[in-house]
Amino acid sequence: MFDLEMLLMLGLKVLFALLMIGAVMTMAGYSVLAERKVSAWMQGRVGPNRTVLPLVGSIPIVGKFMKGLGIFQPLADGLKFLFKEEMIPGHVNKFYYNLAPIVALVPALTTMTVLPFGEFFTENGESIPLMLANLEVGILFVLAVSSLGVYGIVLAGWSSNSKYPFLGGIRSSAQMISYELAMGLSLLPVFLWVSVPGTGAMGLSLVDIVNSQSQSPWLLFVQPLSALIFLIALFAETNRLPFDMPESETDLVGGFHTEYGGFKFGIFFVAEYAHIVVGSAIFTIVFLGGWHFLPWMSDPWPATWIGSLIGVGWFLAKTIFLIFFFIWIRWTLPRFRYDQVMNLGWTKLLPLALLNLIFYVLLVTWLDQPPA
Amino acid sequence: MAKTVVLQRKPLSLSERTYLPQIVTGLKTTFSNMFKEKVTLQYPEEKPSIPKNFRGVPTLVKDPNGREKCVSCQLCEFVCPPKAIRITPGSVPEDEEDREHVEKAPQEFEINMLRCIYCGYCQEVCPEEAIFLQDEYSTSGYSREEMINNKAKLYELGGTLPDQHYKWDKKKIAEEEGNAH
Amino acid sequence: MNIVDLLFYFFATLSVGGGVLMVASRHPVSAAMFMIISLVSVAALFVLLEAFFLAILQVLVYGGAVMVLFLFIIMLLDVGPEGGKVSRIKMLSGLAGCLSVGILIILLLQFSGIGEASLENWQPIQDSEEVVGDSLIFSTSLKNFGYGLFTKYMLPIQVAGFLLLAAMVGVIVLSKNANMEKEN
Repeated sequence: MFDLEMLLMLGLKVLFALLMIGAVMTMAGYSVLAERKVSAWMQGRVGPNRTVLPLVGSIPIVGKFMKGLGIFQPLADGLKFLFKEEMIPGHVNKFYYNLAPIVALVPALTTMTVLPFGEFFTENGESIPLMLANLEVGILFVLAVSSLGVYGIVLAGWSSNSKYPFLGGIRSSAQMISYELAMGLSLLPVFLWVSVPGTGAMGLSLVDIVNSQSQSPWLLFVQPLSALIFLIALFAETNRLPFDMPESETDLVGGFHTEYGGFKFGIFFVAEYAHIVVGSAIFTIVFLGGWHFLPWMSDPWPATWIGSLIGVGWFLAKTIFLIFFFIWIRWTLPRFRYDQVMNLGWTKLLPLALLNLIFYVLLVTWLDQPPA
Repeated sequence: MAKTVVLQRKPLSLSERTYLPQIVTGLKTTFSNMFKEKVTLQYPEEKPSIPKNFRGVPTLVKDPNGREKCVSCQLCEFVCPPKAIRITPGSVPEDEEDREHVEKAPQEFEINMLRCIYCGYCQEVCPEEAIFLQDEYSTSGYSREEMINNKAKLYELGGTLPDQHYKWDKKKIAEEEGNAH
Repeated sequence: MNIVDLLFYFFATLSVGGGVLMVASRHPVSAAMFMIISLVSVAALFVLLEAFFLAILQVLVYGGAVMVLFLFIIMLLDVGPEGGKVSRIKMLSGLAGCLSVGILIILLLQFSGIGEASLENWQPIQDSEEVVGDSLIFSTSLKNFGYGLFTKYMLPIQVAGFLLLAAMVGVIVLSKNANMEKEN
């Protein structure tokens, strides 16, 4: 039945998966901190700088620095959510009310299984991508699973049985479906460009798209319009300002999570930031060259384990910059009105994405012509 | 009269209609804000500077010689709109050298800080300049009783004001020279 | 029995059970949720067959788009547990259920050796890259899907696309008319 080797393999996979979840959740937690800090700095404030752990905080200079940066704040926030009373309002549909946060978090964490975040060099000099599952259709997997994330919001909105969450749920489902189209269409020309006949790249693999960007321009410079449309759609899909229709505190109180509190609200919160982390990672992979160094340059680090470590670090640095960009945009732009969101999605982004696709189809066809 | 000319708003150019340059401008603004000086006051450690005419907690003050100024005339108790002040009048013992020309002093002086509205009438009405609203603004307590400042507390909060009048000294000199009032 | 078999039985139970519960559940939202479970476990079955592309399309199209719209409509119309003309719909759905169960039983009997096509005549399909005669390459890879769709099945695709276009134009015309009448 089960032999030992297989069990070991299974155990290792589970361990890697847990590590990855840990990494993404930590990044999500610290994104919350980054959100608070960056918003504070942009508004001339200081941000959270009080929380401190007893022993670590008393290290002479480092401890004070960490306290000032609020390094321990996510810990305190998490504990606060954990120890809060679990309120369930009397008018909700209890089963779906409890199910919704889980449904919101699971897709956010599932998408990261196909995210490559670095490469490992074997002794022969071959490179193996670091990822949980090397799927041939990686990008489609990400799109598919993240499209399931809307259920969490819709269920939360519906089961709360009150008007503001309901409006949030309705808005969210409409918005998600509208922007998924533009998102998919903006990615098509990218993959058309990458899978040139004759090169090794095939299909929709995320690893191939990263490797196609080493020693050549990043796809951001090749297809700026695709990148722009993808980025806007990404903002809409992750419910970030200026597209945070499902939440919009000022007109919907808290949107879909108005009736939630305590740990369930915390799960929604973390799921939202996990979406941002994964979204930033995908943008890095597709348009910013993944773990490869600057455009038009080969990686300056050696093809050893040090090199792969630096590569992962470089990838993380790009991802973190994008997370910062998400936050930066949030504290710069005001929220769109709902009809403006729909208008932008259907009458601006979708035709633009189609035009972009047609242009690149023609261009790729012209470039691929065999010399006469 | 000059003729009013209605200016036509210029139609937006293509780059303006995409809003992207405007967004970039906004991003620049917020980014430069990140490095500006912070305006936050780290409150319990840093205190705001209090202006001189601030109306804080009412306190009782002593004169530069360290003597009680209040003569328990009860004008403040009378004028106090929310009736926060309660004075139990008492007399100054005859044998007290320092205050031999003063007859009365409060035996107990209570200001209920839960009632006080910081109007400053008590300070205005006091003929002896004994009660002042000073720069203390943060009072707290665990019970209602704690929020009633008694005489000792009021003098502790008030301290001594550098009062240049030396009213009692003048009185004393005047009496010694046989010219009271 | 290895892990793949176990997973197969798990997801097969989930998909069939989800389907049954979807029909049986009284509340429309519960029905929709069971349908999602059923669809996603069918996608999982595709994964077990190593047809990743098919699995992802299943989730993307049915799970991510169609069912969201279903839920959307259910929520907007606020259909309660006792909605619609119950008796007639029950009759119809009962009929449809009996019909599909009958077809399923006939098919099962056929494949289990009673009819002509017994299981022994079925050859396992090999995943090969070679072109055998006129037939298409059989493999689960994305490239072959695309190749097949745009060569051998070009006409059906065009026809299907045309049908969808007609449906879309119809919807637009209908909704425009309704709006016009409202305004007048």
